[in-house]
Amino acid sequence: MAKKQFYFEDVEVGSEIPTLEKDPTTQQLVKYAGASGDFYQIHYDKDFALKNNLPGVILHGALKNAFLGQLMTDFAGNDGWLRKLSVQYRGMDQPGSKICCKGRVVKKYVEGDQHLVDCEIWLENAKGEKTTPGSATVMLPSRRA
Amino acid sequence: MAKYVTDEVLKQIGKAGEARTLDVERGAIRRFAEAIGDPNPLFNHEAEARSTRFGGMIATPTFYRSLSAAIPDVKIDMPTARGLDGGSDWEYFEPVRAGDRITVQTKIADIRESEGRLGTMVITTTETSYTNQFGRLCALQRSRAIRY
Repeated sequence: MAKKQFYFEDVEVGSEIPTLEKDPTTQQLVKYAGASGDFYQIHYDKDFALKNNLPGVILHGALKNAFLGQLMTDFAGNDGWLRKLSVQYRGMDQPGSKICCKGRVVKKYVEGDQHLVDCEIWLENAKGEKTTPGSATVMLPSRRA
Repeated sequence: MAKYVTDEVLKQIGKAGEARTLDVERGAIRRFAEAIGDPNPLFNHEAEARSTRFGGMIATPTFYRSLSAAIPDVKIDMPTARGLDGGSDWEYFEPVRAGDRITVQTKIADIRESEGRLGTMVITTTETSYTNQFGRLCALQRSRAIRY
């Protein structure tokens, strides 16, 4: 289960973050509603969603936020730390089709004794559309420290 | 000239909702990780998490979603009632562990008006702070709600 620990020296601007695949189901939306306390019916009641001019039940924006959080905590590893995470909801995602969480390093720098890496991140649907773009900053361990 | 965000509306910036203090249970941390489908032992297995530098299980960064406080009501005289979630920015300072008592408070950080493809929009930014029982700020969340 132990994942590879990335070090600051391992990544370069342009490096891709290992992709995280997700296959959300209606059951997951119900579990997320329960765990988060967000019981807005558009996430589990199809009739309600249709009446609200939606194509069916849709993913919680916050769940997509959580998927991108997982992408980044996986990347940071046990010896790193997720410092910042930003997401914007541009498009809807529905359960029943695969989505991919992806990212790329855009900047690496040292601030005090912290080795920081800025990334652009996004969630991509099966059609290749970026429904949820965002950005993140992680602190990585350094081999020199 | 602002149509909706008048000087009177701007006076609501800084308004804070009532703070709420919540106990963090180990089961809730694990259930949240399970709900988002994150099998990382750091968020699921106490024994395995003990061997990490955290010395035990911590909560996933988005676990804070399950800890909420009242959002102050913003009065804007606007005829439409449609809303959109404009997204969130998070900053993380300290991990949250089982047994922590987290105080959550939300305030209005900004109200602005802009013209977009949906017509006139009013974007309200709330800032939520999550502070633990030692008075240490664990996380800050800034979220944008769009009305149009």
